[in-house]
Amino acid sequence: MLSFLLLDVGLAVIGTGLAAIGAGIGIGLIGGNAMTAISRQPDASDKITAPMILLAALVEVIALGGVVAGLLVVFGVGG
Amino acid sequence: MLLIFVSSTFLSFSADKENGDKFDMGEMIMHHILDDYQYEIVHGLSIPLPIIIYSENDGMMIFSSSRLFDENHVPLEEGYNGFKYDHGKLKPLESGMSYFDLSITKNVIFLILTSSLMIIVFLSVARGYANKKTIPKGIQALFEPIIVLIRDDIVKKNIGSQYEKYLPYMLTLFFFILFGNILGLLPAAANLTGNIAITLTLAVFTFLLTNFSGNRHYWKHIFWTPGIPFVMRFLILPIEIIGLLTKPISLTIRLFAAITAGHIVILSFIGFTFIFQSYFVGVVSAIFVVGLNLIELLVAGIQAYVFTLFSSIYIGMATEDAH
Repeated sequence: MLSFLLLDVGLAVIGTGLAAIGAGIGIGLIGGNAMTAISRQPDASDKITAPMILLAALVEVIALGGVVAGLLVVFGVGG
Repeated sequence: MLLIFVSSTFLSFSADKENGDKFDMGEMIMHHILDDYQYEIVHGLSIPLPIIIYSENDGMMIFSSSRLFDENHVPLEEGYNGFKYDHGKLKPLESGMSYFDLSITKNVIFLILTSSLMIIVFLSVARGYANKKTIPKGIQALFEPIIVLIRDDIVKKNIGSQYEKYLPYMLTLFFFILFGNILGLLPAAANLTGNIAITLTLAVFTFLLTNFSGNRHYWKHIFWTPGIPFVMRFLILPIEIIGLLTKPISLTIRLFAAITAGHIVILSFIGFTFIFQSYFVGVVSAIFVVGLNLIELLVAGIQAYVFTLFSSIYIGMATEDAH
């Protein structure tokens, strides 16, 4: 049985993990589609790589928001 | 590069000694992320910064923050001049007294540092540009391509014909965020752009600029959306108002979360060395921290680019003609 004292920390960590799953799926899709596009047209690889990095950073930020929220719970900020 | 790696490995060796009291990682991380009234350069050596407070009881007061502590750097219970130091914040002794805190904190020092660095760099770039006889070299050769990239690919492409009115703001925004992000990665640095107040201020500037340059079509699309049935327009209106507000909120949270989370991850890896107290963990975490710092440099550039790009897109949407 979960010790009641750590229930909030446990749920926060699960939430952060879910956010990481979302980011993983998102960046995986972006990367996979970029790979397909580069394989179809290798000359366009520069034009595809630059937006790919940019979009990966945007998706990453959402996962990092989940990390920050989880850390706020773990360190007891806002009681 | 090799020097940074080797010196960070030495840091892990020094962490092998016993700590006096139990190492509190949460407190260490929060101490490096949050703003503070003294500037701690290394552990134990800190410069007390001036506190400037306007309170309704005593008027304007300026005193050094060292007066709030006793010799062992423990915050005084009775405070000084009506204020005491409580977990990083300044609390008035009588509750409910209103005051206006204008202190020079760590973030303010870093704001001044970032702006001075920007002024020095860009005055030199401008002087080099004014002398058109020589090929650009040095600092000018570094910054001119970036400025041209922002002007052509971000501002001109998204705002269109009136881009020159907004170009100074966009350039300042980009380089302020870039310099603030990169300076925040140095040791003994303040977390400037990861402070939600700073990012909120930048997002509010963009918000005000967008709405004051909105033309008739922009406001018509928000309040009286064309092309949908009459009754639906009243239902769409709250959604459009929320859409108006989500733009600065998303700008704020995106920059804040990216930079703060990056700092927290780096600090956690450094903290692992202190928790596990072993050489092996120290070396491995030092390698990871070097890699993470390089990723954070990339994130610094990307977040500056994204903030500027979205600001230009919003202004472009507000000033575009009817289609």
